[in-house]
Amino acid sequence: MAEIAANARNDPEAAAATRRYFWNRFLVYAVLTLFAVIYLAPLLVVVFNSLREQSDIARNGLISLPRSFRLDAWAQAWGTYCVSGTCEGMKRNFFNSLWMTIPATLISTLLGAMNGYVLSKWRFKGSEILFNLMLLGVFMPGQISLMPWAFLLGKLGLTNSTYGLVLIHVVQGVSFTTLFCRNFYVSIPDDLIKAARIDGAGFWRIFRKIILPLSPPILIVTVIWQFTGIWNEYLFGVVFTSGQQQPITAALVALTAGGTTARAYDVMSAAVLIGALPPLLIYLFGGKYFVRGLTQGAIK
Amino acid sequence: MSTHDLTVPVAAPSAPWRQRLGTMVPILVLAPSLAASFVYVFVFTLWTLYLSLSSSSLMPTYGFVGLDNYASLWANRRWNIAYTNLFLFSGFYIVGSMAIGLLLAILIDQRVRGEAVWRTIFLYPLAVSFIVTGTVWSWLYNPVDGIQAFVRGLGWTDFSFALTANRNTAIYAVIITGIWQSSGFAMALFLAGLRSVDPDLIKAAQIDGATVSRTYRKVILPTIAPIFLAVAVIQIQFAIKTFDLVAALTRGGPGVSTTFPAIYVYDLMFQRGQIGEGAAAAMMMLAALAVVLVPYSLWIVWRRRAEGRNG
Repeated sequence: MAEIAANARNDPEAAAATRRYFWNRFLVYAVLTLFAVIYLAPLLVVVFNSLREQSDIARNGLISLPRSFRLDAWAQAWGTYCVSGTCEGMKRNFFNSLWMTIPATLISTLLGAMNGYVLSKWRFKGSEILFNLMLLGVFMPGQISLMPWAFLLGKLGLTNSTYGLVLIHVVQGVSFTTLFCRNFYVSIPDDLIKAARIDGAGFWRIFRKIILPLSPPILIVTVIWQFTGIWNEYLFGVVFTSGQQQPITAALVALTAGGTTARAYDVMSAAVLIGALPPLLIYLFGGKYFVRGLTQGAIK
Repeated sequence: MSTHDLTVPVAAPSAPWRQRLGTMVPILVLAPSLAASFVYVFVFTLWTLYLSLSSSSLMPTYGFVGLDNYASLWANRRWNIAYTNLFLFSGFYIVGSMAIGLLLAILIDQRVRGEAVWRTIFLYPLAVSFIVTGTVWSWLYNPVDGIQAFVRGLGWTDFSFALTANRNTAIYAVIITGIWQSSGFAMALFLAGLRSVDPDLIKAAQIDGATVSRTYRKVILPTIAPIFLAVAVIQIQFAIKTFDLVAALTRGGPGVSTTFPAIYVYDLMFQRGQIGEGAAAAMMMLAALAVVLVPYSLWIVWRRRAEGRNG
């Protein structure tokens, strides 16, 4: 034993290999840390600024450790800060976003699950072509649909309302949700469905008793994907709503655009975090599913 | 006992109505989404196409003017800036985020400790909106309060970093922020690809005495080449649709220096009341997407067929 160790110590090649190994490890972690700092810095800056005094920010700039710890800015951003005349903070816009995102997510996911079920287990002549046509919706740029939507929402009396945005997001989202669910259901063995049908189960019974119980993995992916996508959407929000009806993304842009006078970075930082928090929390708690949706949505 | 095949049979004319209705259920379930998608994809596109050929200004009108709107769009200096920016942005953005994404994926692939933590850190920007990212970075770029002030405060008093204050450099601020937001996305896709490479292939290369970097260059990266293409196509798509990021970061300025096609469409339609020309610009965005996506999907179909034949 001792002889081998001595050999290793005396063997310059082995020693060099060990040294190289440690240098490699060091380099790997050093580069990763460098990038982690770059990625986390903006988040930390905003969190710190939401806790700092405005006078401190004005004196020492945005990038500095907090000298105080107070939640005033959060309270103001949530409930009392004034944007163009109304002093209600972000809370109304936050709830607008919530009442837009939750129904749109649920409806589009439900439709996607049923469509995916039909397109994978009840195929009929031409269903593949119809599926591909629906997929085109995934790639449409929103700008193409702006004028037609403006006209339709006007006819339906849904201009400047959360319902209008729900409608838009359901129609736009259904191609995504159908794609996700269909690709998942394809992997459920057809024999399972066949056996159920021989036992006399019909369309809805098979959906409820076989498909839905197998669905949670894909439904979680779909819900997370839709929720973050709709919550973060800006174009339709800013075009079709104004003032008190705006979702939080549009309200944030309005809030931070305010003038050239001394900017209330503390309140704006808190407001930005309020807008970012729901998708961030979903990401932190459902990260695995978030990534799965990302890679599936991307590769297919 | 029925012996239905999985494909729904066409109901015989003599079948009782209940049974005929039964076979219709799947189609009825699909119908509303199908109709909505059809309207959304085809009717809306044709509608906008028609508007782009009309004399619409403040309100949609349907007087036909042929290609006039397209002609005046392409003669417009601001549109010129918009698509030049699009090319510039796409190039740097795609190469930049793929390079960083690949680097991070390879580093994480070296059996590092706390892999989940690193991944979470690099991917979180993707969960928040471009509005949030753009807003925060616009503060960081602000020369009076942001990074420049910070570095000067550290003692380097003539340090200069004011990308967004200058017409010629503002586009690079957009590029940097775009890369920051989405290199984690490239990383996630590359990492999934690296993990899918057959371990025997890597072992064989190592037994042949290939170094780590050689194994990556000659064995691993070529096998995940399709992922490079997928990432590039998705990011070109992002680039063509870029709106939120610019709206929050520079609002198209200073001046019109960071105008993008999507920003210009919005301006024409809703700020200047030139709906016809705005529709023409929107159609150009669609054309740009088609130029990228049609060949790509054809290639995907071709490759699947080829794999089907060989496998």
